[in-house]
Amino acid sequence: MFEFTRSRRAGVIAALAVGVTLLAAGCSGTSGGGDSTGGSGGDANLSITMLPKNLGNPYFDTSTKGAKAAAAEFKGTLDEVGPSEASPTSQVSYIQTAAQQGAGALIVSANDPEAICDALNEAKSAGVKVVTFDSDTNKDCRDLFINQATADGIAKVQVDEIATQIGDAGEIAILSASANATNQNAWIETMKTLLASDHPNIKLVEVAYGDDDDQTSFDKTAALLQTYPDLKGIISPTTVGIAAAARYLSTSEYKGKVALTGLGTPNQMREYVNDGTVTSFALWNPEDLGYLAAYAAAALIKGDITGKDGDTFDAGKLGSFTVGKDATVLLGDPYVFTKDNIGDFDF
Amino acid sequence: MTAAATTTAVPARTYKAYGRPAWRRFLLTREMAIIALLVLVVVVSLAVVPHFDSPLTVTYLLRDIAPILLIALPMTLIIITEEIDLSVASIVGLSSVMTGLLTHGGWPFPLAALAAIVVGLIAGVFNGFLVTVVGLPSLAVTIGTLALYRGIAVGLLGTTAITDFPQDWTELAKANIPGTPVPAIMIPFVILAIIFAVLLHFTPFGRTLYAIGLNKEAAAFSGIDVGRTKFVLFTLSGTVAGFAGVYFTLLYSNARGDNATGMELQVIAAVLLGGVSIFGGRGALHGVIAGVLLIGVLGSSLRLAGITSDIINVITGVLLILSVVSASLLAWLQKRRSAAIGRKKGQAGVSSPSERATR
Repeated sequence: MFEFTRSRRAGVIAALAVGVTLLAAGCSGTSGGGDSTGGSGGDANLSITMLPKNLGNPYFDTSTKGAKAAAAEFKGTLDEVGPSEASPTSQVSYIQTAAQQGAGALIVSANDPEAICDALNEAKSAGVKVVTFDSDTNKDCRDLFINQATADGIAKVQVDEIATQIGDAGEIAILSASANATNQNAWIETMKTLLASDHPNIKLVEVAYGDDDDQTSFDKTAALLQTYPDLKGIISPTTVGIAAAARYLSTSEYKGKVALTGLGTPNQMREYVNDGTVTSFALWNPEDLGYLAAYAAAALIKGDITGKDGDTFDAGKLGSFTVGKDATVLLGDPYVFTKDNIGDFDF
Repeated sequence: MTAAATTTAVPARTYKAYGRPAWRRFLLTREMAIIALLVLVVVVSLAVVPHFDSPLTVTYLLRDIAPILLIALPMTLIIITEEIDLSVASIVGLSSVMTGLLTHGGWPFPLAALAAIVVGLIAGVFNGFLVTVVGLPSLAVTIGTLALYRGIAVGLLGTTAITDFPQDWTELAKANIPGTPVPAIMIPFVILAIIFAVLLHFTPFGRTLYAIGLNKEAAAFSGIDVGRTKFVLFTLSGTVAGFAGVYFTLLYSNARGDNATGMELQVIAAVLLGGVSIFGGRGALHGVIAGVLLIGVLGSSLRLAGITSDIINVITGVLLILSVVSASLLAWLQKRRSAAIGRKKGQAGVSSPSERATR
């Protein structure tokens, strides 16, 4: 008898524990829902769900911060949900949940351009507006894409920065990701065109590939500096590459003599900007990106825009934006990080 | 005279067929505890979680956990024989890539799907070969093939994805049984579940699995071909994973090398939660199905309630640990109880009738 009472008791305790958890969860969920309907005031359902690639990623924490600030300004609610790992299909159940909850809009950075498409279409037919940011899906799966930067803009800012730093003359090299990285190759092509047309005195001596691996990029940087003793600058259009190159430069005799710029994140580069190894590097501002995405979602919900070419909407402190081709909104030129502004960012 | 007295004093011993009455044997089991917990979670969710009562919940939930449900069936059999198959998720990925490549290469879809299932079967045969013929431990073998099959899958497609599949088939994968919110994938699942349940619980083959799990030397000495049995199980596991891969591909219209990464752990977690002992020899299919559903329902309900994925993982993890701990705790209590009964019986044997009456 002893064993049975025990097992039943254990079962009951476990069941109660789960029940209490669910009750608590359910209550908080309900009250959250109540706030959103009460808070929006008007008839528009300004409850927005933000679905980054994964949670616990400083980049997306920053974009969510921006989106929350925007939601507070237009008096909507913004909840961040997401999977813990960025696998192609892990976002699907969160999209389904948002559709079931009757969210006004869903802001998503797609882990896969196709895998979440059906789920997004189901959400759209349930009346949810779908805005993608940072990483797009196929264009028929969403209402609007908030593009952080164009390939031309990214290529131009890096060429401009290196030209300023080396005095518009001398040998430079590029330290890229892998040899078949689509984005990087497109940027490098544009950079070559820009260098040939606008900076005839700058000579691109080599494009090296660090395969987005820290150690490989580190070694390639060393090799570049030994092969080309007259090298004046390096462009690394990948966050892994620029950090590895900066680490090599900061401990070598070339520190301060060879310029380094490219695409990086403030947290990776802070040390090297502060110690003078790197003067400036570029990226977009994820906080502004999230802020703009939230305003665009609100404009879609209110019916101010439909995602048609030429639609304009107001995005608070960022000003007015126009919807371009393929229902895309461009955030603007890439953001240049220097010693003066790097302290404002944490991602 | 003395002989007659002894025959009347000591009646022939009788043994009960079961130590416990039937209702206890059916209701007071770990499987029933999981089913009760599942019912409780559903009832509580219906009562307090907004939007949980919509028919969409059933559709989305069953659709998303269908691959786990499918793979959990053969996995249960494998774990009951004290083996494990960690390569299932990689086989799903490989089968998904094969489906994509062949469809892309112009094969008619049914043929491509069949070929993908055969690839799953071959992957299972390879696992079975290494475990039974070569005689390596399944943990080591399937950790190896987990990497191997995933590597082949990613290698075949690289970082690209094939997303173009015949619409009839993708719609079939997402369709519901007409008039119900239940996805059509549940039909093949129920058929497979019945086959596996009969196989495990009502055939001599099924009994041999428990015998192998409890003591494989004893099983071998009683005439069971342990190697062949395990070989069959790994082949079944690969085949079902291949089928799940085809379904996964259609469900997300997406063939990629990294599809279903990490799913093997979800499957094994659900199987263990369902009352199957990782040390073999114990477990039942209804518990496993309830285990998969429990994890699925809990996740769905908590997501609808706005709980973040980290907390959901924590809750699922704690539940799993509790269930495993409770199994060992129960086993320990049972041992103590039988020891106590043994002592009592020993005392009862020497005690006088009057003493017994006073108790």
